[in-house]
Amino acid sequence: MKDSWQYKTFKVFNTIILLLIVVVTLFPFFNILAQSFSSEAYINSGQVTLWPKGFNVETYKVIMSDNMFWINYKNTVIYTVVGTVISLILSTMIAYPLAKKRLKGRRFLTMFFVFTMFFNGGLIPNYVLVTSLGFGNSIWAIVIPNAISVFNMLIMRTFFENIPDELEEAAIMDGSNTFGILFRIVLPLSKPILATMMLFYAVTHWNSWFPAFIYFTDKELFPVSIYLRNMIKGAESGLGTGASSADNLVQISANIKSVTMILTVLPILVLYPYIQKYFVSGVMLGSVKG
Amino acid sequence: MEEAGRSTGPKTTKISMPKKRNFQAFKKDWQLYALILLPIIYLVIFKYVPMFGNIIAFRRFIPGGSIIGEDWVGFYYFKMFLSDPTFYNVFANTLILAFLLLVITFPAPIIFALLLNEVKNRLFKRFVQTASYLPHFFSIVVVAGMVFEMVALNGPLNSLIAFFGGDKINFIQLPEWFRTIFVSVDLWQGLGWGAILYLAALTGINEELYEAAKIDGANRWKQTLHITIPGILPTIVVLLILNIGNFLQVGFEKVLLLYNPLTYETADVIATYVYRIGLESGSFSYGTAIGLFESIVGLILVFGANYLSRRITDNSLW
Repeated sequence: MKDSWQYKTFKVFNTIILLLIVVVTLFPFFNILAQSFSSEAYINSGQVTLWPKGFNVETYKVIMSDNMFWINYKNTVIYTVVGTVISLILSTMIAYPLAKKRLKGRRFLTMFFVFTMFFNGGLIPNYVLVTSLGFGNSIWAIVIPNAISVFNMLIMRTFFENIPDELEEAAIMDGSNTFGILFRIVLPLSKPILATMMLFYAVTHWNSWFPAFIYFTDKELFPVSIYLRNMIKGAESGLGTGASSADNLVQISANIKSVTMILTVLPILVLYPYIQKYFVSGVMLGSVKG
Repeated sequence: MEEAGRSTGPKTTKISMPKKRNFQAFKKDWQLYALILLPIIYLVIFKYVPMFGNIIAFRRFIPGGSIIGEDWVGFYYFKMFLSDPTFYNVFANTLILAFLLLVITFPAPIIFALLLNEVKNRLFKRFVQTASYLPHFFSIVVVAGMVFEMVALNGPLNSLIAFFGGDKINFIQLPEWFRTIFVSVDLWQGLGWGAILYLAALTGINEELYEAAKIDGANRWKQTLHITIPGILPTIVVLLILNIGNFLQVGFEKVLLLYNPLTYETADVIATYVYRIGLESGSFSYGTAIGLFESIVGLILVFGANYLSRRITDNSLW
């Protein structure tokens, strides 16, 4: 099989384009990483690109000795764990019954869930509901209202549909009821999809900031994303005030911001090489039926 | 009521059969229904109640008062936004950003997937893919922080401009740069992840089709045009319909983090305006009216796109 010269030329350009995409994708991250280990003076004069200049770990020490940072970090961990557990349980409770083709009203129930993907109450009615339930300044404001992703639920449903009925029928013969089948047969067989869903939900909860932003006033309850957000937006409001001292302030915080960003994404970065293939396989599983 | 009750009388024999069958089906599967009951209650409270909560768009709402408002005001708040010049500005901004997302960030992952599909070296393919997903897993707050660093006066982008002898640009404060920044960020974060579903669809295309095309003398470009693209068209259509309602939301959280009063002129969108009017200024009813308008337009777009797609391409969500 010989390729035409046009196709060979294309392949060369294709490789170059893809490499450029990789560079552009990774550059901001490595730039922030380099900044986080650099001293302000070098960042200030725009000399830091991919390698730290004026090596400095002081800022890491400063941030890591900030009590509030750790309180907020711990909050993020708690919200992520509790939120992921709730999301997983609720999604399974929907996806499993809806995967049963014989279930009466299955179509209607599916539409009932899917409709919420296309139409939702909107920001303010949701806010009114959540606050009037007394969820303000509590973990429930974060982990309950957005517990279910219908998209994730549909991926799960597709997976459950593909579990052979014979396995369940055998269990019914042995006298198992629905819950027995679910816990002893279906869930153990569904480890790959459960792992994927767990990761999907965990990343969403880890990265969430907006609910905490509108429902929380108590600093002690903030997730680390709000800690970072306030730092970024606070520094920004000092931007362009004209005074050179203000400029200096912004540049000092460039280093601090970089450190906080790196610490915030650290768990995801550490786990990324191991988990990214689960994400991909999860999307693939769901795409079988579209 | 009385009349309706009587008129169903003679029919009871007719409908008792399916009712009995329904009951038996329910009796057999009651455990499945029991399982899904809690999520249904959850959904009613947290998704459907807020939908009906939109009633405050037609009623005067006082924070702290009744959650369905105090008294009817009809279309008062709708007339209000129709005569609000800021509304027209944010509406136009929303449409422009949604249009840019539709023509740039939606097709980009398709092209990326097609380019990746031409790579025969598996290791290189994996490397490019893995690298391209990474930004998807970053919190939008971190992404916004990175953007501010990238486009800062002393940041890498301005250093590059200075290197080529240009004047430094204060990107984040200039309204004319907001759309470019927004679309670039969206592209940067979503390109790799968005391509996954297309790559999955590409692996599902029958190899024999390509073999047959080669025998017929079709080159790689012709094969792409007549086999690859038709092969992934259903995926493209489904994703387009799924996303068309979201385009109007234009990644509201991202705008909220990236904009500032200096760039409102081009950056302020319906969702951020609703946020400021409702949650910052406390005009709940007014904000809800604008939000409801946006939601309904979004819903019409989804149904419209689904209908058109069913007529034209035979692919649809339902």
